[in-house]
Amino acid sequence: MTTPTTTTNRVAQDFEKPLWRRVLLTREFAIVGLLVLVTIVAAAGVRGFSQPITLNYLLLDIAPILLIALPMTLIMITGEIDLSVGSMVGLASVVTGIGVQAGIPFEAAALLALLVGAIGGAFNGFLVTVVGLPSLAVTIGTLALFRGLAVGLLGTTAITDFPEMWSALAKAKIAGTTIPYISVPFAVLFAIFVVLLHFTPFGRGIYAIGLSKDAARFSGVHVERTKLILFILAGVVSAFAGIYYTLRFGSARGDNATGLELQVIAAVVLGGVSVFGGRGHLYGVVAAALLIGVLASALRLANVTSDVINIITGVLLVLSVVTASVLTWLQKTRRRPRRPPRVAASTAS
Amino acid sequence: MTFTSTTRIPVSGLSKHVGALGRAREFGILVALAVVVAAATAKNPSFLFSADGWRDLLLTPSILVLVAVGQAIVIITRNVDLSVGSVMGLSAYLTGRLFIDVPGLPIPVVVLVAVAFGGALGLINGALVAFARVPAMVITLGTLYAYRGINVMWAGSSRVNASDMPKEFLALGTGQILWIPTLAIIAFVVLAAAAWYMRNTRGGREYYAIGSDPAAAELYGLKVTRRILTAFIISGALAGLAGVFYAARYGSVSSQAGAGWELDAVGAAVIGGVAITGGVGSVWGAAIGAILLMTINRALPILGIPDFWQRAVVGVLIIGAIVLDRWLAVRQRRQLIEARDNS
Repeated sequence: MTTPTTTTNRVAQDFEKPLWRRVLLTREFAIVGLLVLVTIVAAAGVRGFSQPITLNYLLLDIAPILLIALPMTLIMITGEIDLSVGSMVGLASVVTGIGVQAGIPFEAAALLALLVGAIGGAFNGFLVTVVGLPSLAVTIGTLALFRGLAVGLLGTTAITDFPEMWSALAKAKIAGTTIPYISVPFAVLFAIFVVLLHFTPFGRGIYAIGLSKDAARFSGVHVERTKLILFILAGVVSAFAGIYYTLRFGSARGDNATGLELQVIAAVVLGGVSVFGGRGHLYGVVAAALLIGVLASALRLANVTSDVINIITGVLLVLSVVTASVLTWLQKTRRRPRRPPRVAASTAS
Repeated sequence: MTFTSTTRIPVSGLSKHVGALGRAREFGILVALAVVVAAATAKNPSFLFSADGWRDLLLTPSILVLVAVGQAIVIITRNVDLSVGSVMGLSAYLTGRLFIDVPGLPIPVVVLVAVAFGGALGLINGALVAFARVPAMVITLGTLYAYRGINVMWAGSSRVNASDMPKEFLALGTGQILWIPTLAIIAFVVLAAAAWYMRNTRGGREYYAIGSDPAAAELYGLKVTRRILTAFIISGALAGLAGVFYAARYGSVSSQAGAGWELDAVGAAVIGGVAITGGVGSVWGAAIGAILLMTINRALPILGIPDFWQRAVVGVLIIGAIVLDRWLAVRQRRQLIEARDNS
C-alpha cells in the first residue's frame, strides 16, 4: 500500500515493496478497476449502452469536467483548492458570446475569453500567494464575483449566434470513430500535465509543497510562484472549457456551468487526490471522472432518474474518502511494533 | 448587547486593544448594514418606512441567519458544512409532508420533528468527520449531493403548496408581534442563545480552542470528537429549523428548496468575521453578515444597480472581508510581538 495520507506520517513510496504491489494496491488502480467493472456491467446489463454512440455522448458530456480536473488536481496536490472554476466557465462563455455579438471574429473572442481566464486565475493566485489568504475563502469569493460578472454582463438573455464551423467542430467526431474532436485537445493537455507533474522539477515541487510547504521552501522550491502559475493554468483551462461548453450547447448564458466546480472536485477526490495535499495521480482522476460519467450515462439509459445518480455520486465520494481514512488507520496500527524495541546496551563507560 | 472578540490574550494593556479589534469587526458590518439601509431608504422611503418594507427587512434574512449561525459554529471548529442547503430543503419538504400526511399533528410537534431530522442529518456528517477523521469539506460535499438526491427522489416533481398547510402555521411565517415578524423574533432568540453558549459556556469556548489548534486541543485533553460531533448536529438542527421557517414563510416547497444556500451561509459567516481557518469570530457577526447579504439583494435595484450585479457585489464583499481579516491578523501579531518584546 502506498503513501499514507495523514499529515504526520507521509513518506515517499516504499521502495522495499515489489513494483506490482506499489502499482496495483493503490487508490488510483482501484478506481481504474472499478471503472472497467462498471463499464462491463453496464455494457452487459443496460440496453443501448454498448452502442458506439454512447461513448460519443459520454465524452461530450464530461469533457468540461475532464479538462478542468487536470489543473484542479495539481492545485489540490499543493493543498489548495479552486472553487471558482465553474463560474469562470460561465464568465468565459459570456465573454465569448459578447465578443461574437459585438462583431469581432470568433477566434478573437475566444482568445479574449482565454485572457479573461488567465486574469481571473491570476487574481485568485495573487490573493492566495501575495496576500496570503486561504484559498477556500478566496475562491468562494471569486466564485460569487465571476458568476456575478457573468450574469451582470449578460443579464438573463442568451447569445446563440455562433459560427457554424466552430459549433460543428465542437460536436464533430474524429473520422471513422465516435470519439468527439474535443478529445484531441484533452489528450494534448493530459500529456502536458502528466509531463509537467511527473517529469519536471516544477512537478516535484508541487508534491513537495503539498507535503510540507516550509520544507519545500527551504529546499528551493518557489512556493508562491508555483501556486500562482497553477491558479493561472486553472483559469485558462476553465476558460477553454467555457468556450467548448458554449459551442457545444450553442448558447452563451450567465448561468452556464453552475455547480460544475463541485463535480470537478468530486472527480478529483474520488480519483485518489488527498484534500490535505501531497498525493495523487492524474490517471486516477481521469479514471474517476470517466467512472462518474459512465455511471451517470448507464443509469440514465436504464431510466434511472438523475436524483438517484446524484445520491450515488455523493455516496461514492463519501465512501472513497472514508475507505482511504480507514485504510490509513489500519496501516498505522499494523506498523506499530508489537513489543517495545529493546534499547541497545550503551558502550560508554 | 456586548460584542466580544474571542482572541483575548492575557497581556496587560494589550487585551483592551485586542478586544476592541474584535468588537470593531461586528460593529463595522453593522455600520455597513446601516449605510446600505440608509442609502436605499433615502432613494425610496418605502424601503424601510412601509409595512412591507420593515417586514421584509427582518423576515427574509431570518432564515439565512439560522443557517449562518450553524455554519459559523462549524467553521469556528475549523470545518465547513456544505450540506446545509440540502438539509434545509429536506426539512422544508418534510414539514410540508407531515402536514399533508398526518393531519391534526400540532405545529410544535412538526417543528420538533423537523429540527430533530436536521440534527440527525448533521449527526451523519459529524460522525464521518469526527470519527473517520475525513476532511469536512469532502464529506459535506458528498452529503450535499446525497441529501439533495434523496429530496428529489422523495418529492419527484410535486410541490407542497400553501393550501396544504394549516393557516396557523403560515400565519407564523408572515405574522408579526408588535410590528416585528414572528420568525425574526424566534431567530433572534436562537441567535442570542447560541451566542451565550459560545461565549459563556465551557463547551462553547472549546470550539474556539479546537479551531485555533486542533492538535493542541487534543493534547490538552479536550474531547475534540464530541465537540465536533455536537457542532455538526447543531448546524444540522439549525438548518432543519431554517427549513421549517422556509415552509412557513413561502408556503410552497419544491425539491430545489434551499439549493445554493450553503455558499450564502459560508459567505455570511466570512463577511461577519468568522475566519475560515477557525478559532476566530462570533455568531453575532455571522448573523449581521447574513442580514447584510440579504438586504443588499433588495437594496441594489433601488440604488439603481441592476440586481444582476448582486452576485458580483457579494463576491467583492467576501473578498474584502477576508482581506480585512488578514490585515487585522497581521497587525495583531505585530502588536503581540511588540508587547512581548517590550514587556
